[in-house]
Amino acid sequence: MIGTLLRRDLGLLLPGGRGGGSVLPLLFFLAVAMLYPFAVGPDAQLLARTGGGVIWVAALLAAILPLEKLVSSDLEAGVFDQLHLRGISEELAMAVRLLAHWLAFAPLLLLATLPAAGLLGLDGATTRTVLLGLLAGTPGLAAVGLAVAALTAALRGGAALAGLMVIPLAVPILIFGAGALSTTGDGGIALAAAISLGLCAVTPFVAGAAIRSAREG
Amino acid sequence: MQARLVAKDIACRRGERLLFRALSLACDAGESCHITGANGIGKSSLIRILAGLLRPYAGKIDREGAMGLVDERLALDTNLPLGRALAFWQRIDGCREPGRALDLLQLGPLRDVPVRYLSTGQKKRAALARLLNRGCPIWLLDEPLNGLDSQAQKVFETLIEQHCANGGIAIVASHQHIALPSPSRVELAEFAA
Repeated sequence: MIGTLLRRDLGLLLPGGRGGGSVLPLLFFLAVAMLYPFAVGPDAQLLARTGGGVIWVAALLAAILPLEKLVSSDLEAGVFDQLHLRGISEELAMAVRLLAHWLAFAPLLLLATLPAAGLLGLDGATTRTVLLGLLAGTPGLAAVGLAVAALTAALRGGAALAGLMVIPLAVPILIFGAGALSTTGDGGIALAAAISLGLCAVTPFVAGAAIRSAREG
Repeated sequence: MQARLVAKDIACRRGERLLFRALSLACDAGESCHITGANGIGKSSLIRILAGLLRPYAGKIDREGAMGLVDERLALDTNLPLGRALAFWQRIDGCREPGRALDLLQLGPLRDVPVRYLSTGQKKRAALARLLNRGCPIWLLDEPLNGLDSQAQKVFETLIEQHCANGGIAIVASHQHIALPSPSRVELAEFAA
């Protein structure tokens, strides 16, 4: 049953899936990495020093793009009602969706980090730190995104609001994940991973409660 | 296990408005019930309360048996062909003979048509197919006749009759006339607050 749910969610969210998932967040991410050198000039040292941070900001913003249809369309279509009648709790549905959301955007984002790092002239060690940081941080970004998407799903103009709400909530991940770039050692990455885990543990319950309360509204 | 649905002294509040109160109804296996009333009187809310999707403001509901719901929300992926959209629910429900519902509701030829291209009546029939595939004893139907042509209505009334004959329960909220096997009726206006 969980496999069935996951398959449907992936079909909905994966780029090129029949559900109309899109590669736009990815292109957006690469576009930022491409524009940044144009904006600050061809100073290779400056780019190499700040590039990691730019990739982090781009990743955060790219994670906001797919939030719009993450929950609201299924809420409107009554999918969660039907699942509820079948004894599948909102929490389980949201936990599965969290996994699907992460799978649909994070691996591709990590892959796109390589050309982005090339565009910004990052060296191997920095690229490695960025990749590890994103690997640790993206589950947290996905969790925040899903929780906010569920909270705003029943609101008019919820998608725009969701984008704004994700940013402050994602700041801790950004601080530790991107902070690992300027410190030695992997302490920052470990902290980003810890925050991610905490967020992933809480999100299904937050999102599930949000869906139930949207139903009562 | 015999299917059963008993609602006792239900009251429903939406926002600041008390829609109805002191409503009781009981359906045993093989019985059906027609909930009638004007628009906005709370038919859909009552169905959602019975389904456990809304909490009643007061009162208690006892259910025995799995429930299936058909309301105005289709819950099918509109981008997918009908067959595949239904297949998701078949897998969730563990349905063994999905072809039967498609045949009964004459949806076979529409199997490969994306759900978003279906007409209102065809979408309704798709939702009913999902209900049949579920194979559950308690049917909760909110305006199931909307958009159905007269032939499809007849087919559907027969389906309800068979369902009740097999020990199922059908609760139908509709402002339209519908032929149900048992004459039990709940006129919501009588319970309006």
